[in-house]
Amino acid sequence: MLKFILRRIGASALVLLGASLLMFFLTINSGDPLKDLRESNDPNAAQLMAERSERLRLDDSPWERYWDWLSGVGGCFTGNCDLGVTINGIDVLGLTQQAASSTLRLITLSTLLAIVVGVALGILTAIRQYSGFDYSVTFSAFLFFSLPVFWAATLLKEFAAIQYNNWIAVGQYAPWTIVIVAVLAGFLLQAVLGGSTRRRLATAAGVFAFVTVMLFVFNALDWWRNPMFGIGGVLLVSVAAGVLVTALTAGLGNRRVLYAALTTAVVGVIAYWFTAPLLVDEPTWLLLIGLFVVAVVVSVAIGAAWGGYARKQAMLVTGITGVITSFVVVADILIAHWSGFLGIKSRPISTIGSQTPNFDGEFWERVLDMGTQILLPTILLTLVSVATHSRYTRSSMLETLNQDYVRTARSKGLSEREVIVKHAFRNALIPITTIVAFDFAALIGGAIITEEVFGWKGMGALFQDGLNAVDPAPVMAFFLVTGIAAVLMNLLADIAYAALDPRIRR
Amino acid sequence: MNDIRNSNPDGEDYEPQVSVTSTDAVGLAAGGSAAPLPGEDKSYSQGQLVARRFFRHRGALTAMIVLGIVIIVAFTSIGIGPIPGWWSKDYTLQYDKIGDGAPTWAYPFGQDTGGKDYFALVMRGTQFSIIIAFAVGILSTVVGTVIGALAGFYRGWLESVLMRMTDVFIVIPLLAVAAVLGRMAGESGIWGLAFVLGLVTWTSLARLVRGEVLSLRERDFVLAAQAVGTSAWRIITRHVLPNAIGVIIVSATLSISTAILLETSLSFLGFGVQAPDTSLGTLINEYQSAFATRPWLFWWPGLMILTIALCVNFIGDGLRDAFDPRQNRSKD
Repeated sequence: MLKFILRRIGASALVLLGASLLMFFLTINSGDPLKDLRESNDPNAAQLMAERSERLRLDDSPWERYWDWLSGVGGCFTGNCDLGVTINGIDVLGLTQQAASSTLRLITLSTLLAIVVGVALGILTAIRQYSGFDYSVTFSAFLFFSLPVFWAATLLKEFAAIQYNNWIAVGQYAPWTIVIVAVLAGFLLQAVLGGSTRRRLATAAGVFAFVTVMLFVFNALDWWRNPMFGIGGVLLVSVAAGVLVTALTAGLGNRRVLYAALTTAVVGVIAYWFTAPLLVDEPTWLLLIGLFVVAVVVSVAIGAAWGGYARKQAMLVTGITGVITSFVVVADILIAHWSGFLGIKSRPISTIGSQTPNFDGEFWERVLDMGTQILLPTILLTLVSVATHSRYTRSSMLETLNQDYVRTARSKGLSEREVIVKHAFRNALIPITTIVAFDFAALIGGAIITEEVFGWKGMGALFQDGLNAVDPAPVMAFFLVTGIAAVLMNLLADIAYAALDPRIRR
Repeated sequence: MNDIRNSNPDGEDYEPQVSVTSTDAVGLAAGGSAAPLPGEDKSYSQGQLVARRFFRHRGALTAMIVLGIVIIVAFTSIGIGPIPGWWSKDYTLQYDKIGDGAPTWAYPFGQDTGGKDYFALVMRGTQFSIIIAFAVGILSTVVGTVIGALAGFYRGWLESVLMRMTDVFIVIPLLAVAAVLGRMAGESGIWGLAFVLGLVTWTSLARLVRGEVLSLRERDFVLAAQAVGTSAWRIITRHVLPNAIGVIIVSATLSISTAILLETSLSFLGFGVQAPDTSLGTLINEYQSAFATRPWLFWWPGLMILTIALCVNFIGDGLRDAFDPRQNRSKD
């Protein structure tokens, strides 16, 4: 396995080197970096031109310039990075660090969301092939990957951001909106859950009643402006998540695993109760990450302690439950800070920038600010990727569902859950990992455009400004970050691939 | 594509294998003994089968009709080059504005800020975008097929070199390398742009074709052809590629939709089509700030891109189902 990974890393490094060479030569030949000075009437033009030629080393041969850049990058391994300077003499390394953090945040979040939503949708549509649900998801998927991102971004700015901001100023749903939302929710859920006509009607009616009542209660509490969740809500959601994860992976019949998951959820909530003073006031990122790691370790330990004969499965289930519980805790804290956040920023979703300039708030309010800023670009990027992922998952699932071993599994009397999760889905995952890795590169392309539309100062802006000025250093910095990210993603996919399919490990 | 069977010199003996597009299911359906459709004793060639399955795909058929209408309207309305069209207004002239330029009967897509007829402008942008998309689709298909076929058939060092080259292109984000090349080629008009975009979009097709060829070259009919001394070129063009035609056609279709989205994105960023040429992307870029005041300037080009890309994707899906009908049979 180690040999396999090392070989992949070696091959990736060579590919990156080749790609950097190509990119460098293409960039420096894409135009004339002195064009604006040649056309200017500035009496200093000649001097400025000489200065710029000096800075960009225009008099040296392209190979020398490339070597210069490469050795600067090579310095990163020994601790003194040098990514060169821009056409105006600004150090690119500093620019890159700023830009990369916002861009990678956006891309990582979208990728994770897209994987979860896309794969889930793909499985559901494959199980309910040729249902109304399948057709509508298929059509939406086609719609989303035919969507010009830059165009959709403007639409989203108008309809999601501005309209939402107008709405949140009041924060009340009109009665007919509630009815429409409830009807839609009921319709969707009955389509997903399926069953006989009677069951479908019952599902739809139940969901309709539930949503209607909930929304009216929310209205009465002014929940959208002063939302609260509370520790009871956290407990409820975590326990539900534990049960759901158990049902999906081990089956509710496996009591050991079920109890392990429930223990995890309860322990998580108790831990929240005790660490709340630490968390709510002014935590640091380090503290949060540390607590998260502790939470995961404790959850897995609970699984190991409860597991018995089903130890591995219990550990998986408790691990996932622990992660979900942590996220629910964070969500609870964020929700509690929402009304304070609204007080500082009355129009919460602004359409420009990755964070509000001069925003003055506590830690969680700053997080909320970043969250509302990242919301729209993430939705956009996620939609496009979800479309691809759901389609590939669907076709991959359909393929495995037709295999003989699935028929065997059915005929020996396994439950439908076991057939789908253990036999079909695991094998369907193999092609999906490849697609996810590939799609990551496409997502970076999408990020360039989204950042442009939403006015983020990220890698996209670095690339665009650099290319406009025929300035290789920022363009190469963009390439370096995205290239390494893509290679890492491919490597992850390869490892996942090898883990899923032992035949690959040679 | 219509007569894979007839183009094959191996005759009827190899028929069941030769007509296989990589799957046994198709082979069974195409084999003369198993009737393709119950209750009909007529036998169909592979091409006819594919066509029948395609035309039964309602979404694909609708998409094809819509795309046909879009193309016909875009090219006949304002004419191409010196040939005049049936639309009475010219995209270069500024007319008197009616009101604030909102869509009317005389100007169905409205007028832009200077009073130009927006229908004519959008049609011109559509023409350019369609030309680029199709040129890119064809070029990238040819390049991808050649590279994939060579790598898959000859294996060895040639495969290593070609596939590493493909990896190099895959590592660079498509939009980035296309932007750099587009900037270089932008001045040489839309054909230059189409050429360079075609040079960077072939990667996924090359990988798919290589995978397909890798499995086909081990088939008995290829071994038989080699045994009687058929040249490698003839084996590739007459035996291997016709059997990979499904993968190639589907990818070609999808590369057209990639191309139209890529070109409009580049034009939107300013690295694609340059003035005086125009495309749907440049139109959106030009008028994106007008969304609040003159929404029609923003809606039409976007809807055009969406329609074209959506139609192409649906046609691709229909073709995939037609060439590889396995997935439609799971309902048993």
